[in-house]
Amino acid sequence: MSDHPKIPAVSMRGITKRFGSVTANNHCSLDIQNGEILALLGENGSGKTTLMNMLAGLYYPDEGQIFLDGREVSINSPHDAFSLGIGMVHQHFKLVDVLTATENIILGIGEKGKLDLKAAAAKIRSICETYGFDLNPDQKIYDMSVSQKQTVEIVKVLYRGARILILDEPTAVLTPQETDRLFTIIHNMKDDGKAIVIITHKLNEVKRISDRVAILRKGECVGVYPTSEISIQEMTDRMVGHKVVLNIERPVPKTPPEQKIFIRNLTVVDEDGLTRLDHVSFYMNTSEILGVAGISGSGQKELLESIAGLQRVQSGSIEYKDDSGNLLELVGRDPLEIARLGITLSFVPEDRLGMGLVGDMDITDNIMLRSFRDGRSVFTNRRTPKKLAGKIVNDLDVKTPSLATPVRKLSGGNVQKVLVGREIASAPRVLLTAYAVRGLDINSAYQIYDLLNQQKERGVAVLYVGEDLDVLMALCDKIMVLAGGKLAGIVDPRVTTKEAIGLMMTGGAGKEEQKNG
Amino acid sequence: MAELSAEKTREPFIRIARRTGIHWYQSWGVRVVAVFLALVVNALFIHGVTGLNPVEVYRIMWTGTFESKYNFLTTLRDMSILYCVALALTPAFRMRFWNIGGEGQVLMGALASALLMIYGDQLPNGLLLPLMILCSAAFGAVWAFIPAWFKAKWNTNETLFTLMMNYVAINIVNALTNIWRGAKSSLGTLNTQTKAGWWPKFLGYRFMPFLLIVAALAILIKIYIHRSKHGYELSVLGDSPNTARYAGINVKKVILRTMILSGALCGLAGFGIVSGVDMTISSGTARGYGFTAIIVAWLAHLEPEYMALISFLLIFLDKGAAQITSAYSVLNDYASQVITAIILFFILGSEFFVNYRLVFRRRYPGMPAPASAAASAGVQTTDADRKEGARS
Repeated sequence: MSDHPKIPAVSMRGITKRFGSVTANNHCSLDIQNGEILALLGENGSGKTTLMNMLAGLYYPDEGQIFLDGREVSINSPHDAFSLGIGMVHQHFKLVDVLTATENIILGIGEKGKLDLKAAAAKIRSICETYGFDLNPDQKIYDMSVSQKQTVEIVKVLYRGARILILDEPTAVLTPQETDRLFTIIHNMKDDGKAIVIITHKLNEVKRISDRVAILRKGECVGVYPTSEISIQEMTDRMVGHKVVLNIERPVPKTPPEQKIFIRNLTVVDEDGLTRLDHVSFYMNTSEILGVAGISGSGQKELLESIAGLQRVQSGSIEYKDDSGNLLELVGRDPLEIARLGITLSFVPEDRLGMGLVGDMDITDNIMLRSFRDGRSVFTNRRTPKKLAGKIVNDLDVKTPSLATPVRKLSGGNVQKVLVGREIASAPRVLLTAYAVRGLDINSAYQIYDLLNQQKERGVAVLYVGEDLDVLMALCDKIMVLAGGKLAGIVDPRVTTKEAIGLMMTGGAGKEEQKNG
Repeated sequence: MAELSAEKTREPFIRIARRTGIHWYQSWGVRVVAVFLALVVNALFIHGVTGLNPVEVYRIMWTGTFESKYNFLTTLRDMSILYCVALALTPAFRMRFWNIGGEGQVLMGALASALLMIYGDQLPNGLLLPLMILCSAAFGAVWAFIPAWFKAKWNTNETLFTLMMNYVAINIVNALTNIWRGAKSSLGTLNTQTKAGWWPKFLGYRFMPFLLIVAALAILIKIYIHRSKHGYELSVLGDSPNTARYAGINVKKVILRTMILSGALCGLAGFGIVSGVDMTISSGTARGYGFTAIIVAWLAHLEPEYMALISFLLIFLDKGAAQITSAYSVLNDYASQVITAIILFFILGSEFFVNYRLVFRRRYPGMPAPASAAASAGVQTTDADRKEGARS
């Protein structure tokens, strides 16, 4: 360990990494100091994760050198990274559900001697005490909330002696309260002299927590700035490379909202007999964006899939009012039957490649997923979808080598644009979106917000399940809060506060609000 | 920490990197080199073990297919049957339904034809043959439908189920041939006098019509999987069942429909064997092609045109092995199987090098690579190669 404060904990010099013709990182140089929090910013595909993956031993750089405490190292595997004291907490947790926190933490360490779970648990407790984690080492993972699972992941890297921590979008899945707690912990770790890198898209969080900001653009490091000397607007401009207007509009629709979908006492019980949605009742209006806030796993997925006809519903009803005022029951119908009722219902599911798109198929083939049945021929018609695909790629600025590229090979933001583009292209009356901007960079996210607002102005009933409360408050006309499958209340974002919503999300608010107005 | 980092400063000697944007001539180049290397290794094996001249052994292997018109046509005949089974399995595999039951489905098809030849020999061929085709397809379809139905209904494991169905089929055929053969040691050729249920000769050969049917089938399957709505549905289902549900595709219906098609085409292959080649039935009628066809289908990346090539190659190797076994007493059946296995091994291995390349340690670390692997290989780096890693 370096005693000399001037020598950075990590120093990356001239790092280049190519994937075929794509250069993910181009001669990137970056220093990370002990006892500092460095925020790594950049658009999707700007090479943040790739750069950090090279520190974590998942990739090996094509060119360049990495120095730890001034000594050149070669990190060939995650194991090397661990033994050098580098730990990365990935966006997607890698935990074994049926094991306890302790078992997960010591998994794969391969310490010599007898397995001593008690000693391990004691060590975990002392780590928790040092930094202020709230974790029960004997709890099974499947009993844990997302935030607790994240705690396990962080404790895991600390347990292995990491002194350089990389956190990839740690707040994406947390409530404001949980984020606060995480930030306190990160500060404690910083005070302990650890070097911390945090990758995030939320710029106000960057402002709040980091000491310095490193900005990547198209694989190149465009600059490192002390956080106190750079504004959010400047950060965005440097990330994107040009001026960006940063505000979400909430236009007043030209046509007054009308009730479109009525959901009454919707109850969903999953295969394990757990109640996922518990007598949820509300309605959706045309020309309105209804936000859904809640800790992930509070029933958002089941709610959307129930409306889309993909979820077995235990009880309750979902009725759609068609143009002549008739009420059509959607429960018990599959997506095709719903479409055949003449209801154009678009759905942007949370799992883009697992449900909304076919990863191995190209953009054209994915565009025709909804419309391939059109026409009476037994053969598929690719001409129209191809034209539409070209238009979506063009209009939404999808970065792709060609229309024939499998969508699996596109970056997250571009995958999402293809999906949203297709769903909007069918001129829906109802648009359901789940985490439509998750993992998207700021530019793409604002494009999606604009698209949603356009749909609202077209008179579409939009349901927006989101995780960033700032965005929900700015974009939505109403916000519905789900807590543990129950409706915690429906609030007006113009008059309520983030904290109030956060409290409702954890089930703290009164239950009498369940019956919504 | 210090001693660790000291020993870790060297780049690994060889790394594996994914190849991107490879041209067709490069990938075929890799495969040709693989076959050549296989021949070299085999030559060492042959010479080392038997002391024979490997070139001479290869020449004899070659004659298995190319010595005479008869040999060549037998190769074509067997290839067409193998090809037919591989084509039959293709729709199921594109749906990621692991139909390991091709063997049983072929055998059930063969059984249907044999039944009609035995009990329907009074019928005129003009009626008997179409009836045999229909019944063979139906028997094969039923044999494939059973596991598909269980899969659609209760999500049973189709791999085990279809595999087990093979043994049921084999034993049904065993039981029936035991009854039919009576006191004879085997069933023998059926209807030698009346030739009922025998394919008429075409261009002088009895299997020729079947060959043409298979060729037509290949084109139809190619169109079916790439151009039809059915083909689109089963590709979506194969990639992601959830996306299929989302797109309003009836998952159960597609599973059943595709497996009925797959089984029916297997049954057709069974008909081809009984009516055009064997004129009899035994538990070995399917020749293991139900399994070999799996290799054919996957080696060809489930594309019908490459399957023709692969099935020809496999039959060529098979004939060659038989030829050297009869020509040399020292190269028995086992030795020729080793030779075939080595060639297959290299072909399979070459797929790795088509997809990946090895990156050797550069001499001067820190210096820009003198020629990046892509450039030195002459890759016109096409764009179809953004890798997941390029995302942030």
